[in-house]
Amino acid sequence: MMGKKLFAATIGAGFMSASVQAADVEVIHWWTSGGEQKAVTVLAEEYNKLGNDKWVDTAVALGENARSLTMQRILGGDAPGAAQFNTSRQFEELIEEGLLLDLTPVAEKEGWKNFIRPSSILNPCMKDGGIYCVPVNIHSNQWLWTNKKVFADVGVKEPHTWEEFLTVAPKIQAAGYIPLAFGGQGWQERHVFDVVMIGMTDEKFWNSVWKDKDPKAASSDKMRKVFETFGALRQFTDAGAPGRNWNDATNMVITGKAAAQVMGDWARGEFAAAGKVAEVDYGCIPGPAKRPSLTLGGDAFIFPKSSDKNLEAAQMKLASMMLSPTIQAKFNNTKGSLPVRADVDLDVADACMKKGLALLDDPKATITPANNYITEDTNGQVQDLVSTFWNEPSMSVDTALSIFKGIIEDAE
Amino acid sequence: MEETMVTSAKVSKPRRTKRVQISSLLASAPMAIVAIGVFVVCVGYSVVLSFTKSRLFPNFNWVGLDQYERLWGTSRWIVSVENLFLYGVLFIALCLVSGFFMAVFLDQKVRFESGFRTLFLYPYAMSLVVTGLVWQWMMEPSLGLQNVVQRMGWESFEFAPLVDPQYAIYGVLIAAVWQSSGLVMALMLAGLRGIDGEIWKAARVDGIPTWKTYFFIVLPMMRPVMITSVVLLAVGVVRVYDLIVAQTGGGPGMSTEMPAKFVIDHITARGNVGLGMAAATMMLLPVLLVIGPWIYREYVRPTKH
Amino acid sequence: MEQIQLTGPHGPKPKKTTVSRLGVYAFLFSAAVFFCIPLYVMLITSLKGMPEIRLGELFSLPGDPSFAAWVKAWGEACSGVECNGIQTGFWNSVKITIPSVAISIILGSINGYALSFWRFKGSNLLFGLLLFGAFVPFQVVIFPLIIFLREVGLYGSLTGIILIHTIFGMPIMTLLFRNYFSSLPDELFKAARVDGANFWQIFFQIMMPLSIPVTVVAVILQTTGIWNDYLLGLIFAGRENLPMTVQLNNIVATTFGVREYNVNMAATILTALVPLAIYLLSGKYFVRGIAAGAVKG
Repeated sequence: MMGKKLFAATIGAGFMSASVQAADVEVIHWWTSGGEQKAVTVLAEEYNKLGNDKWVDTAVALGENARSLTMQRILGGDAPGAAQFNTSRQFEELIEEGLLLDLTPVAEKEGWKNFIRPSSILNPCMKDGGIYCVPVNIHSNQWLWTNKKVFADVGVKEPHTWEEFLTVAPKIQAAGYIPLAFGGQGWQERHVFDVVMIGMTDEKFWNSVWKDKDPKAASSDKMRKVFETFGALRQFTDAGAPGRNWNDATNMVITGKAAAQVMGDWARGEFAAAGKVAEVDYGCIPGPAKRPSLTLGGDAFIFPKSSDKNLEAAQMKLASMMLSPTIQAKFNNTKGSLPVRADVDLDVADACMKKGLALLDDPKATITPANNYITEDTNGQVQDLVSTFWNEPSMSVDTALSIFKGIIEDAE
Repeated sequence: MEETMVTSAKVSKPRRTKRVQISSLLASAPMAIVAIGVFVVCVGYSVVLSFTKSRLFPNFNWVGLDQYERLWGTSRWIVSVENLFLYGVLFIALCLVSGFFMAVFLDQKVRFESGFRTLFLYPYAMSLVVTGLVWQWMMEPSLGLQNVVQRMGWESFEFAPLVDPQYAIYGVLIAAVWQSSGLVMALMLAGLRGIDGEIWKAARVDGIPTWKTYFFIVLPMMRPVMITSVVLLAVGVVRVYDLIVAQTGGGPGMSTEMPAKFVIDHITARGNVGLGMAAATMMLLPVLLVIGPWIYREYVRPTKH
Repeated sequence: MEQIQLTGPHGPKPKKTTVSRLGVYAFLFSAAVFFCIPLYVMLITSLKGMPEIRLGELFSLPGDPSFAAWVKAWGEACSGVECNGIQTGFWNSVKITIPSVAISIILGSINGYALSFWRFKGSNLLFGLLLFGAFVPFQVVIFPLIIFLREVGLYGSLTGIILIHTIFGMPIMTLLFRNYFSSLPDELFKAARVDGANFWQIFFQIMMPLSIPVTVVAVILQTTGIWNDYLLGLIFAGRENLPMTVQLNNIVATTFGVREYNVNMAATILTALVPLAIYLLSGKYFVRGIAAGAVKG
C-alpha cells in the first residue's frame, strides 16, 4: 500500500517535472466585503505572479452559501481547485470519502507542524495521518467594536462585560443612537449567542457543553443566564436588522449611527478600509467579559482531489504559497486576522491587533470554537434554535433550554 | 375505416407497418426515459435514501424510520409545514377571490379592458426572484412604504412585515398574490366568456339581480376553471423557494422557512441527505395522494381516442 | 359576427346606473394601481442617486434622473469579487434558454404526436407518469439528478443545465401538444396513412405546419419559464453558466457597507425585461400558454 503510494508519487513528480503545464485553480470563498476583497486580491495576485497557473476566483456572498456551493460541486463531480471552510468539522465527510488532496508531501517538506501555531489550528486538517487543509489565518470572534465618538457624546463608558452593556445601552438608546448594530442572518445571531455564552461563563463550561456534550451543563442555570442575557439584547437593535449583512452593520458603527457591534476581528478590516484609527476613532473590547477568552478559529482551504496532474501540482503550489511568511504577513495585515506562523513580521499591527496578540499568547485565554466539536448538522440545529429564540420573544427561556439540552444530548 | 386501413397496409406493405411502429416507439424513447428514469427511478431513489443515514453522499446504512422521527421532532420542519399551510391556504383563497372579482368587473363591457388585463397579468411574467426583491425594497422599514405613509402624517402606521417574525409570512403572501392573481383573472375571464349568453337573458327575465346570478348561477358553472386554477396555484405553493430566498432568506428567525428550502438546505450546506430526503418524501405524499388519482382518472384509464 | 360575440365581453348588459358603473371603474383602477406600484417604484428608484433614495421618498419622481445605476448594474456591479455586472448572467440566460426551449418543444411535439396518433401498449401509463412529473416538487428529484449528471460527466455544464430544463419542460410540453393534436380531426391522419405516409412523414409534412399556433404558445411558455428559473440554474448550471436570476440575487447579496438600492432595482428591471417584453408583445398567446398546460383539451 505504502509502496504503491510512493510509487505513484514518484511517477507523478517525474511527470510533473517533465512537462509542467499551466492549470487554472478555481477558488471558492466567501470574502466579499470591501476589506476581505482586498485581502483575497493579495492571494490571487501573488499566486498569478508565481508562474503560469492562474487563480480563478469564485466569490459567493455569505459563508453558508459558499460552503453549500462547494459541497454541491464536489457532489456533482465538478469540484473547484480549492475552497474555503472554517477550521472545523465542516469538511470531515469529504476527508472520509477520500475526496480531498492529501497535502502531506508539501507539509512534510516544509515542516508545517513545526511552524504552524497554535498547533490546534491544524487539528481539523489532520485525519488518519494525512493533512487535508491549509489554515491561512486565525480569527477570534469575541470582540465588541465601538464608536468612541458616540460613547463620548452619550457620556457613558464603554462596557467591558455584558452586565455593563445592559446598563449603558438604555442611555445610548435614549440619546438617539442604536446601541447594538446587528444583522439578522442566522450565522450572526449564532455568533452573538456564542460570544454571550463564553462572556458569561468560562472555558470549563464551554467545553462541558460543546466538547463533552453534557446535557446537564446544557440545561444548567448558567446556560439559562446566557439565554436570558442574549434575549435581553434584542431590544437594543434596530428594526432594519433582519437580513442585513455584517459589513453593513459595521458600517453603522463606522458612521456613528450605532454605538457598538459584536463581530469577529475581521471587522477591523472594514474600519481600516474606511480610514479609521484603532483606539482613536473606534474601540475594540475583547470579550466582553471580566476575563476575556478568544476562540482560536480561522479560515482554511481544502483542495479537492483530481485526476489532472497539472492541477494537482498547481494546488500543491497554492497550498505552499498560502503559508509562506511573506504572503502570511501581507494577507493577514490586509484582512485584519492573525498569521498562523509566529515568524511573521506584523509591522502594521495596530492597537486592536496587539490586544489580540497579547491574549493569544496566554493559553488560558484561548478556547476552541464550538464547530470543532460538533458536526455541521448539529451546528445547524443550534443555529435554528438560537435564531428562533432571538426572533420570537414569546419563546420562553425554559423552552429554549429544553430544546438546547435535546440537541446537545443527540449530538455526535 | 380503421379496419380497411390496417388490412390494406398489411396486404400491400407489410414491412412498412413494422418500421412505422418501430419509429413511433423510437420517437417515444426520450419520453419513456424521462417518465421512468426521472419520475420513477429518481423519485424512488430519493425515497430509499430517506431510510438511510446518508450525510452529504448517498450511502445505504439503513436506519428505518429514524429520519422521519427526527424530522417531525425538528421545530424548523414543523414551522416550515405550518408556514406552508398558512401561506398556501391564504394564497389560493386570495388569488381565487381577487382573480374572480377582477374577471367579473372586467366582464362588464368596460373601456380599456385590454389595458386593464395587461396590467393585472404582467406580474405573472416576472420571475419570483424579481418579485421578492421588489417587494423587499417596498417593505424596507426605514425607506419603504411605511416611511412614506408615516411622513404623510399617519405616524402610527406600521407596514414593515418582513422585519417582524409574526407578520413576515404575510409580507411574502402579498408579493405572491401580486404575482399570481392575474393568472386566475385570465383563466376566470376565459371561463366567463365561455358561458352561454342565454343565461343572462333568462336571469334578467326572472328578475334575478346581477350579483346573485354571478354567485349562484355563474360561479357553480365555473367549477372546471376553479379546479384548474387551484391545481396551478397549488403546484406553485408546494414549490415555493425562489420567492423566499430572494425576499426573506427564510427569516427573520424561522418565520418564513418553507419545506422546499428545508430540503435544499439539508442536501447541501447542512450535509444531511437522509433527513432532507425524508422531508422531500413528505412533500411528495400530498402530491401523490391528490394528483395521482386525478391523473389516473383523466389520462391513464380512458383508452379510447 | 358570432366570432366577435364570443371574444368580446359576455357578461350582463350593464344597467345605466352611473353609481355602479363608477364602482366598477373604482375597483378596476385601484386594482391597477396595486399592480403598477412595484413596477413604478422599481423604475424610479433605479433612476435616482443614493442620496436621493436616503431621503425616504419612495414614490417621488427622481429630481435628476440618471441612468448611472443602469450602467453600473449592467456592467460594473459586483457579485462577490467579480465586478462585471449582470451582463454575463444575461448572456448565460440566452445560452441556456434558446437550446432548452428548442429541444423541449421538439421533444414535446413528437411525444404529443405519438401519444395522439400512435398509441402503443402502455402509452397511457407513460403519459400518466410524465404528467405526474409536472407536479412533483423539484426537491424530490434534484439530489438523484445531481448524482446522475455526475455519472455522465455533465454536472455544472451548459449541456447539463439544458438537459435538466428539457427534462422538467417535457411534461407540460407533451401535454400541450397532445391536447392540440387530439383536437385535430382523425380523418387527417387516416387519409395520410392510406396514402402510405409513415410516422415521420406525417409528422413533418402534416402535423408540423398545422401546429404553428400551439408552437408559438409553447415558445412563450418555455422562454418565460426557463428565463425566470432560479433553483435549477443555481444547482445545475455551474460557475460559467449561472443564469441572470441567480446573478441578480448574488449582486443584491453583495454589499459594501450600504445597500445600493438604485443599482439593485436597475439589475432587477434588466432581469425582468426579457419576459416582460415577451409578455407585452405576445398578448393573447401568453394567456393561452399559461392556461394550456392545465386545461384538459
